[in-house]
Amino acid sequence: MTPEFAPEQLKKTKAWEYLVRFAFGGAITAATGLIAKLWGPFVAGFFLAFPAILPASITLVKQHDGRGKAIEDARGATLGSIGLAAFAIVVVITSGRLPAAIVLTLAAVAWTIIDVGLWFIRFGRARGHA
Amino acid sequence: MEFLVRFLLGGAVVSAFAAAGELFKPKTFSGLFGAAPSVAIAALALGFQKHGSGYVAIEARSMALGSIAMLLYSAACVALAKRKAIPVWLGAGAAWIAWFGAAAALFFIVQGIDR
Repeated sequence: MTPEFAPEQLKKTKAWEYLVRFAFGGAITAATGLIAKLWGPFVAGFFLAFPAILPASITLVKQHDGRGKAIEDARGATLGSIGLAAFAIVVVITSGRLPAAIVLTLAAVAWTIIDVGLWFIRFGRARGHA
Repeated sequence: MEFLVRFLLGGAVVSAFAAAGELFKPKTFSGLFGAAPSVAIAALALGFQKHGSGYVAIEARSMALGSIAMLLYSAACVALAKRKAIPVWLGAGAAWIAWFGAAAALFFIVQGIDR
């Protein structure tokens, strides 16, 4: 099995569903700033790995495609969490040694490689659509 | 003003990752985007600009620990979504307890080690 590009899926999502994600994502990002002011960057850093997209995402997948697909979506996020850790570790290692844009780009590349690699290891051998 | 910028930037990045996830199938692959570093990219970019690399490194260090909490959150979502008696939205909300519990435990463990 390989991932497929399926832009037609975007049509399933209504405008208000994007607005909910925008508002929630914006609120979490603003909240991390407030938390950093109140308790410092170490506490705020935890909230950079707060599940901001997933709750809305699996709820909407359940509505559009059923409970089974929502479970699959959450399974993907479980693997994605390891990529999220890779992103953070790359920032820890390279921050202060490289320019900010390069640090974030390298971290995003690490996230992509780890996520896609783990996905192929875990689901790539399965037949049909996982 | 700073919070407005954070809100707009964070909202835009989170929406972009959410939309990117919907461009792919199967769901196990698009689900990878559910744990995308969307809030992190916005917050760390602003952190670099305002506070510098040392501050960002501290945030990223605890973010790595938060990723463990995120993994437990996602696993809890899978377990709760399998129970048909529990609505998916309720399970996803209740699983936040797993995230807060794990994050708090890791915080206190690291604080204890650093002393």
